[in-house]
Amino acid sequence: MDFTLTKEEEEFRTEVRDFISQHLAPGARKDPTFLANWLKAVREKRWVGFSWPEEYGGGGGGLMEQVILKEEMSKAGAPPLGLCMMGLQWVGPAIIQYGTEEQKAKFLPEILDSKYQWCTGYSEPAVGSDLASLQCKGVRDGDDYVVNGQKIWTSLAAWSKWIILLVRTDFEVEDKHEGITCLLVEMDSPGVEVRPIKNMSGSSHFAEVFFDNVRVPVKNRLGDEGKGWGVTISALANERSGISEIAGLSRDLQELVELAQNTKRNGRPVIEQAAIRRRLARVGTIIEGMRLNGQRYLTKQLRGDPLSSETSVNKLHRAFLAIEMGDLALDIKGSASQYVGSSNGAGGDEFKVPSGALDWPNVVIGGGTPNIQKNIIAERILGLPKD
Amino acid sequence: MNFGLTEEQQILANVAKRFLDEKATMPKVRDVMESPTGFDSDLWSAMAELGWLGLTIGEDYGGAGLGWVDLAVLLETTGRGLLPSPLVSHSLCATAISEFGSDEQKRRLLPSLADGSSIGTVALVEDGEVLGPAGVELTGIPDGEGFRLSGKKAFVQDAGVATVFVIAFRAPDGVRLGIVTAEGEGVKPHAYQTMDETKRMGDLVLDNAPIAGTDILAAEDGSTALNRLLDLGAVAVTAEMVGAMDRAHEITTQYAKDRTQFGALIGKYQGVKHPLAEIYVDIETSRSLVYYAAWCVTERPEELSVAAARAKAYAGDAFKRLGVDGVQLHGAIGFTAEYDIQLYLKRSKWAFPAFGDPDYHYERVAAELVTAGGGS
Repeated sequence: MDFTLTKEEEEFRTEVRDFISQHLAPGARKDPTFLANWLKAVREKRWVGFSWPEEYGGGGGGLMEQVILKEEMSKAGAPPLGLCMMGLQWVGPAIIQYGTEEQKAKFLPEILDSKYQWCTGYSEPAVGSDLASLQCKGVRDGDDYVVNGQKIWTSLAAWSKWIILLVRTDFEVEDKHEGITCLLVEMDSPGVEVRPIKNMSGSSHFAEVFFDNVRVPVKNRLGDEGKGWGVTISALANERSGISEIAGLSRDLQELVELAQNTKRNGRPVIEQAAIRRRLARVGTIIEGMRLNGQRYLTKQLRGDPLSSETSVNKLHRAFLAIEMGDLALDIKGSASQYVGSSNGAGGDEFKVPSGALDWPNVVIGGGTPNIQKNIIAERILGLPKD
Repeated sequence: MNFGLTEEQQILANVAKRFLDEKATMPKVRDVMESPTGFDSDLWSAMAELGWLGLTIGEDYGGAGLGWVDLAVLLETTGRGLLPSPLVSHSLCATAISEFGSDEQKRRLLPSLADGSSIGTVALVEDGEVLGPAGVELTGIPDGEGFRLSGKKAFVQDAGVATVFVIAFRAPDGVRLGIVTAEGEGVKPHAYQTMDETKRMGDLVLDNAPIAGTDILAAEDGSTALNRLLDLGAVAVTAEMVGAMDRAHEITTQYAKDRTQFGALIGKYQGVKHPLAEIYVDIETSRSLVYYAAWCVTERPEELSVAAARAKAYAGDAFKRLGVDGVQLHGAIGFTAEYDIQLYLKRSKWAFPAFGDPDYHYERVAAELVTAGGGS
């Protein structure tokens, strides 16, 4: 057991820190060309798609280096390493694993260069947690699949150029995990319609997507026909153990502590309330627990043992924190938390409803609800019978 | 960066598991816990032979010269089997003497702790359970090179069987640590019946008891030393808790795979499987927190306090919940004396306040958060 870094790892950390102090100097972000310059610079460093193999334009970074890079960027509150979030997180890795040479040559550079957004067409109105029961239909017709059906809760759909889509190409299978096919579909194809859904915090982050006789060339199929479930699973497994979020969560917690120090209720600073102190401390402890869990699981990977479903542990913590930290901000502020926007004077300050207070479902529900994570742990790790 | 056990640590855990399976089975544990003293000298000798009693004592003084991560590995495993022995208190006593003793004191005291001929414990806390220097009222009146001690220490683990006590007392110039023995003049240990019969505790009453100058530890700063020992106590108890939680969770999970109701194994129902999954998350996280704290003992001593506080607080809440859920998920059979799961419930009740409960430790974490922020 040793939490210190090797000499090479320390050197890499220094390299990242130097890069950050060079590119994120105070005031640098005010420059209108800042983001474009940033993206170009991190791309040249090959820190976009840092974990991808070098032959596909990635950085070929090892697990520890990936962690160091993410930690340092997160600590510095740096802009993202590339804008094509879903492309970088799972579409790209799935294409690397299952794609044809032609698909790799076209899509991977475009993802790395942040050319456009990808969205993910998994959930359907009748199919949420039980994803394998999906009904959106793909019928082979010559060199095309003809797609009919509907997707929902599709994040970023309104801004995306491509969608990674799961359709059912075989309705006769006994095992519902069979007969699903993964297609890469251009969002401006004739017959695709996007209807944004307004969520409870007022934004329209996700949408419904309708497919009416949309023709998708067979060459845009990812993986074999009927084997799309495996593509999906491997893509979801690409998510890492959550280490990258730790620095951001710690920053958010420190803001909550400051809010509690600077807010008076019942005539006393809220930070003096034992119940609030305990909740803040518990949040801090869980963040530290996530960091350490992540390091334990990372060690396992570094030793060559594949992870089973341990990442569900930190996902459950993350879900708890999303709700609890949003609530803490409201509970510290009291009734003043109810004013929306920055101009309301009850608090006499710039307090805004923290985005976390109403946006937590993005974190808690996206990628599998807590109940699904509990099923995963119970069935895959503890070996309890499936329900 | 490496957050895993070494091969040697894995072997230590395996040897300890085998020991539990062969020499300290649950029927044996029950025999020992139902005995008047709750102590078994044959088990103790066997533990000495395995090198466990001097695990963290230096090789020069008859020990194995290992560290606190190794000790955590051992305590996690003995915790699984609720092994009734003074191993936690003994290890704390040995560490106190190793860290704060003079070479002469170490030569005189450590070898007999390492071979088990002495049984050590620590007497740090008093009635009112103030964890720290402010709670030390037991008085030391200067007497030549030493002191005369009067007062009472409370919640002394294994008070009934220990022969060597590391004790905190208040001298005119502040808190000091020293060593008294069970048969010393004016030293009166009292053992009490405890709810968890595998964990005996009691008082240590000192009635004008002499302590020689050569038996005073940590003459430099007794308060700092006391705080560190309390942190170490929290780490040791939490390591045991993680093992006990793991085993209680295993027993309950197995029951959910064996028991049929409404035509299905109960582990199929989410009302049963979800608490088991949540407890798994709690155990994994408790384990990460306590091993990090154990690593801090020597590698990051400045972080030990808050790392120990996080571990003990989190595990305290977690074990409390598991203790109850473990029994409840078994249904009526869970609270029969015959079933072992109830023993883990009792252990959870013992462990919750030991070396500080979650409220106490979360307050320490909160204080650190406020300081770290450097805000108003």
